[in-house]
Amino acid sequence: MNVKLLAVLVCLPMQALAQGFAGLGSEAGAFAVPKPDTVLQFPADHGAHPDYRIEWWYLTANLTGPDGTPYGLQWTLFRSALAPTDGQGWDTPQLWMGHAAVTTPDAHFVTERLARGGIGQAGVQAAPFSAWIDDWVMEGPDFNRLRLAASGPDFGYDVALTATGPLVLHGQQGYSVKSASGQASNYYSQPFFDLSGTLTLPDGPVPVTGTAWLDREWSSQPLAADQTGWDWFSLSFDSGDKLMGFVLRGQPDYTAATWIAADGRTTAYADGAFAATPLVRQDVAGRKVPVEWQVRLPDRGVDVTVTALNRAAWMATSVPYWEGPVTIAGSHGGVGYLEMTGYDG
Amino acid sequence: MTRAILSALASHWRRNPLQLFTLLAGLALGTALWSGVQAINAEARASYDAAAATLGEGSYAQITARDGGAIAQATYVALRRAGWLVSPVVQGRLGPVRLVGIEPLTAPGGIGAVPVDGSADLGAFLSGTGQIFARADTLEALPTTGAQGVIAPDVAPNTAITDIGLAQRLLNRAGQIDRLIVAPVQPLTRRPLDQVAPDLVETAPQGGSDVARLTDSFHLNLTAFGLLSFAVGLFIVHGAIGLAFEQRRPMLRTLRALGAPLRRLIALMAVELAALAFVAGLIGVALGYVVAAALLPDVAATLRGLYGADVSGQLALRPVWWLSGLGIAMGGTAVAAGGALWSLARMPLLASAQPRAWVMARQGPGLVVASVGLLALSGGLALWGQGLPAGFGMLGALLIGGALALPPVLALVLRWGQAGARGPVAQWFWADTRQQVPGLSLALMALLLAMAANVGVSTMVSSFRLTFVGFLDQRLASELYVSATDAGQAAAVIAAAESRGAAVLPILSLDREVAGFPAEIYGARDHATYRDAWRFLREVPQAWDKLARGEGVLINEQLYRRADLDLGALVSVAPGLALPVLGIYGDYGNPVGQVIVTESLFRAQFPEGTALRFGLRVDPAQVGAMREALQDQAGVPPTAMIDQAAIKALSLSVFERTFTVTTALNILTLAVAGFAILMSLLTLAAMRLPHLAPVWALGLTRRRLAGLDLLRAVVLAALTAALALPLGLALAWALLAVVNVEAFGWRLPMYLFWLDYLRLGGLALLAAALAALWPAWRLSRTPPARLLGVFRHER
Repeated sequence: MNVKLLAVLVCLPMQALAQGFAGLGSEAGAFAVPKPDTVLQFPADHGAHPDYRIEWWYLTANLTGPDGTPYGLQWTLFRSALAPTDGQGWDTPQLWMGHAAVTTPDAHFVTERLARGGIGQAGVQAAPFSAWIDDWVMEGPDFNRLRLAASGPDFGYDVALTATGPLVLHGQQGYSVKSASGQASNYYSQPFFDLSGTLTLPDGPVPVTGTAWLDREWSSQPLAADQTGWDWFSLSFDSGDKLMGFVLRGQPDYTAATWIAADGRTTAYADGAFAATPLVRQDVAGRKVPVEWQVRLPDRGVDVTVTALNRAAWMATSVPYWEGPVTIAGSHGGVGYLEMTGYDG
Repeated sequence: MTRAILSALASHWRRNPLQLFTLLAGLALGTALWSGVQAINAEARASYDAAAATLGEGSYAQITARDGGAIAQATYVALRRAGWLVSPVVQGRLGPVRLVGIEPLTAPGGIGAVPVDGSADLGAFLSGTGQIFARADTLEALPTTGAQGVIAPDVAPNTAITDIGLAQRLLNRAGQIDRLIVAPVQPLTRRPLDQVAPDLVETAPQGGSDVARLTDSFHLNLTAFGLLSFAVGLFIVHGAIGLAFEQRRPMLRTLRALGAPLRRLIALMAVELAALAFVAGLIGVALGYVVAAALLPDVAATLRGLYGADVSGQLALRPVWWLSGLGIAMGGTAVAAGGALWSLARMPLLASAQPRAWVMARQGPGLVVASVGLLALSGGLALWGQGLPAGFGMLGALLIGGALALPPVLALVLRWGQAGARGPVAQWFWADTRQQVPGLSLALMALLLAMAANVGVSTMVSSFRLTFVGFLDQRLASELYVSATDAGQAAAVIAAAESRGAAVLPILSLDREVAGFPAEIYGARDHATYRDAWRFLREVPQAWDKLARGEGVLINEQLYRRADLDLGALVSVAPGLALPVLGIYGDYGNPVGQVIVTESLFRAQFPEGTALRFGLRVDPAQVGAMREALQDQAGVPPTAMIDQAAIKALSLSVFERTFTVTTALNILTLAVAGFAILMSLLTLAAMRLPHLAPVWALGLTRRRLAGLDLLRAVVLAALTAALALPLGLALAWALLAVVNVEAFGWRLPMYLFWLDYLRLGGLALLAAALAALWPAWRLSRTPPARLLGVFRHER
């Protein structure tokens, strides 16, 4: 779901971000608020929604190198609005932030970009689809065929994505509730990308293939006041089925999940159906972060152990969080991605 | 026992409050001079650091337009999209304030000096009416902008920082960027700069900002002055403490005879001195603050005018300098007291209480040997020394050697005087003067150093002024300088100027590496202006004719010294083109090398370098009309035109301020030295009574004696001044020809200013006469009974 970094985007600027995810229950104010009866329109909704406070284009991928080495890849573009207006020039209140990462079993490369809207340095256009910040791009003739590229001081990647299944709407036709008191976001995914391309790592280029999962989400007031962070899972089972589930940590916790069959048919699960319990915690960047989880969705017979490929997949960005590839064992096998926010130590 | 000793020590000061005052005042004045100069230096440096932090100047590579003009905002975006991590900066004048627009999300150092903490609201900075960060006084000086002013003490003086969007709007420069700051860490892949933006050029980070390099010259002068003041102060402290010990010899002997252990006596005296030094140091630092606060506005104005560097005119209490001031007071006392305590430790228990013994013991061949050794060392360093430390070592050896030479030289001269004296009174005068020299020698050394420092610094500042004004005449030979923004406007400028009968001298330049050093290559049109105005440090015959024929190049002194390119040496200007050096010119303040080739050669070799700047030769009376014509016909804004007369007037006013500072420091050092003489004379007065009483008894009136005393002070001061002149000139030479070259790579020509020296000598005599006035007056009022008393008492 990537309710991630709402805070980041709500108050993007620098240190203010470091105050963490606890302050996410901001008032929506003059911003638009997601409504249950909204029907998502494509390709228009692939583009930006400047009247909402926050939004992201969030891609994660599980990859394999020629020697069988597993890799993880992340490309994220966040939009954060200081006011619900758009426009040209420096005056536009739209701010952009990009995060890119590559995770190997024993290394984790991260880099970040920040940009102002209105001058062409960053933005998203719905059709032909193009999302960019600086030289980072996710673009293609349509949403099913995309080129994805990013680079940092010590790594880079340039890969091609091809969709092999339909778009998936979470919650109620893309209206995804985030708390018992009704906070919500618009949320859809394209979890059926095949990926091939090249990672550039300090030891040289590595050709990779694998699968990718793209999340799209926008909102203005995503969290309830008492929610301190979240744990989000995108799991791709060997059977071809997929599971998206999250826990919003609060009093009490709030969970939701979407079961995605191999053909793209979805089943949404309300609060309580999905459960995730930390099994092993690890000291990462001075914080105790769970790196091994028991994840259950009894309705589908899912009871698996989700283990980080690299426990040190810490995103040392303006707002730090944990994000990395995972392996799945137990009732189902497979790979996936895990994001954990709000572990501020 | 301890209490008894302490009480005895203290009783001395109670009985001789004047001596206590001498000691404290000497220490305090020495400290004040040192810490005052240091305070000015520290304040100015802090201002540059703030400027550098604010603007990323120096620490980051920069990208600018090749022609020096504005960069289009679209080019910035194109660079970002090609993978370049650069951040835009736009700047300009908003009223009296320099407004700097930055982009906080991409700036490598965040918002620089602007504190972005939990309280800062980036949203307010980026949007709405915006925010402007600056010091409180700068905010007040800003015209009304509608933006919210935020007080930020760490922003450079007279500078305001705001978002680039607001800055572009306020400066009326929408879509324009002046330079791009290049982040130190760049991504793995990015397209080459010349593919993305061939009009832009990247310059590597400099060790320090241009401003800092230029102003370093001024600061070096101030630092040298500070060191000299310190040396003067040290001699004064030394004198004061030496006399204080001298006068207490009988008391110390008595204490020891009564059974006070030597070690405890020494320890307690050390503690006593440390306490006195601490108190005097505090007073001195406070006085230094007053001195600095009084002078800083002038220094700030000087630096601003000279180099465009903004220095706050307000003084902040920085721990660095008040701690160093206290350290100087304590350390100076320790050095001065060390010798005195050492001689106390070796004093035989039953030593004579004869006070002259100690002072006389200080004389002798040791002093001469030390002095000659130091002067030889200084000469050796001047000849063979390398680097700035050697330069300063040379200065130090020169000064101390010169000071130590004073007593032997004075003794010699006075012996001659005595030999030539006729009549008993004259002979007595010279003999008595010789007798007094040891007691006065430390104060006279202080006077010598103060004089020498003043001669040296005045020479340096005045030479700098002459050179710089001459340099401006040469460099700003044209009456009007115009910058165009593009080729179209450049053509319009030429047309407008020529239609009004002006000679147009295009200024062609580009940055290239020459002989392995960063340098600027200029193309000069063959025109009488250059031949008339330019002066070379060294040149071959018919240099301009050969230059015009493309047979060689001219280089600046910096390149000559750095790359060791003498006349005739070949300079590789472009691939496959090496030309001999025809002339070397002074280029004061420029941190990089410079090569001048003739215009046709420049255009042939560097077709990419277009002329956007022009010098216009017009009738000085027509400058105003020409400005208007250029504004109307070519659309050149007034800010893009520089009036030569205005620059010269500004420069001269700047130097006036420099002189204010120098003169104030001159008078201050002389006053301190004069004070040292006064204190020495007062201290000696009581001791001299036994010498004077017999002369008085033989018939010289007290009035006559006082007159002779006054004359003696003036004679000694005149002799000292005569010695100070060569020492000061040597000092000036060392500063200009050794230290400046080592520090900046260019040598300042030295000029002599005899009237100034005469005035300084007069001031020194005046200081000595004033210092001697009160002791002489006291002598003339000494009750005859006291003089008679000399014959009653055992000494």
